[in-house]
Amino acid sequence: MRTGLIARKEGMTRIFAEDGRQIPVTVLKVDNCQVVAIRTQEKDGYTALQLGAGVAKAKNVGKPQRGHFAKAKVEPKKKCVEFRVTPENVVEVGAEFCASHFVPGQFVDVAGISTGKGFAGVMKRWNFGGLRATHGVSVSHRSHGSTGQRQDPGKVFKGKKMAGHLGAERVTTQNLKVVGVDLEDNLILVQGSVPGTDGGWIMIQDAVKKAAPEGVPFPAGLKGSAKAAPAVEAPAEEAVAETPAQDTEA
Amino acid sequence: MNILQKFEAKTLAKLTEGKTITTFSPGDTVIVNLKIVEGERERVQAYEGVCIARSGSGLNSSFTVRKMSYGEGVERVFPLHSPRIESIELVRRGSVRRAKLYYLRDRMGKSARIAERTTGHGLEEAAAAAAESAAARAVVKKAKKAAKKEAKA
Repeated sequence: MRTGLIARKEGMTRIFAEDGRQIPVTVLKVDNCQVVAIRTQEKDGYTALQLGAGVAKAKNVGKPQRGHFAKAKVEPKKKCVEFRVTPENVVEVGAEFCASHFVPGQFVDVAGISTGKGFAGVMKRWNFGGLRATHGVSVSHRSHGSTGQRQDPGKVFKGKKMAGHLGAERVTTQNLKVVGVDLEDNLILVQGSVPGTDGGWIMIQDAVKKAAPEGVPFPAGLKGSAKAAPAVEAPAEEAVAETPAQDTEA
Repeated sequence: MNILQKFEAKTLAKLTEGKTITTFSPGDTVIVNLKIVEGERERVQAYEGVCIARSGSGLNSSFTVRKMSYGEGVERVFPLHSPRIESIELVRRGSVRRAKLYYLRDRMGKSARIAERTTGHGLEEAAAAAAESAAARAVVKKAKKAAKKEAKA
């Protein structure tokens, strides 16, 4: 299992495929994503990489955190996340990731904090049907109906779907296709939408339910190693993006 | 310029490389030459009609072309920067007073006509040329008049 990456959601746009189809894409920026710490089996009981991304001003970072970043000899980061990896995929501390970590045509799982919707009614939150528009219904057209049975059981069961806070929770979208990679600006283009607001932090990992294609860099796509690759990769990435797309249409 | 705008600009530059995009506006009659794949070979099909709307900006811009086909109105929306569009030809400029000509949908025949536009934006050169020729004609006229007067005298 390779490590995932932290990326920032820049927003959505479209790109054109060769056959004129318009592909809606979310642009994700891999911004200063570096390894900050390593969790090992001996010391922590599990193997993982702690990654950091973004640039935080030193004055806005707590002293203990500053110490933590100083130990790894990296700039203070805005966002830190741990990714579980298998021991052979551990990368040394301070290594910087690049968008070449993912290859076009591959599928990824993307996690983020969904847009907060505040206190939402049952129609919005749970897709209830609401009550009727007429036939004597007054004031409660968007309400839920009954919440239970009669004197027996005489209570509302736990977990009953009701109105309440919606959104602003961690959501994972599985099996999104990587359409393209821009190594110049370190961008990953993912087909379709991604949870969260523009500017939010996104965790992007190889899809759990789909096998990674050949050519995926092991243990990771690092910044230094990608420098030589782009010239070769640029024409190849279009070809890879094209072939699976046509398969799905056929 | 934020990262998304930069990316869009880059994509747009790649799409418009070696291409010139005709400037046209709602009311204009245009021919859209589309690349169409038929089995193995590719050919160009023309679609001619009145542009009734332009929308979006930059990479996301599109336009709607309406035409009458065998007595039936047909509208197609094209992405302006689609790689399937080989070229767009401007046939005739139309004089209209709004940006979206959706009112044409309810009209047939004579009332659906659009008058040709000969002045205004995009026609400054033509207008200047017309004015110049008119001035030249006036000068000639004046000279002729003077000559006549002289002859009389």
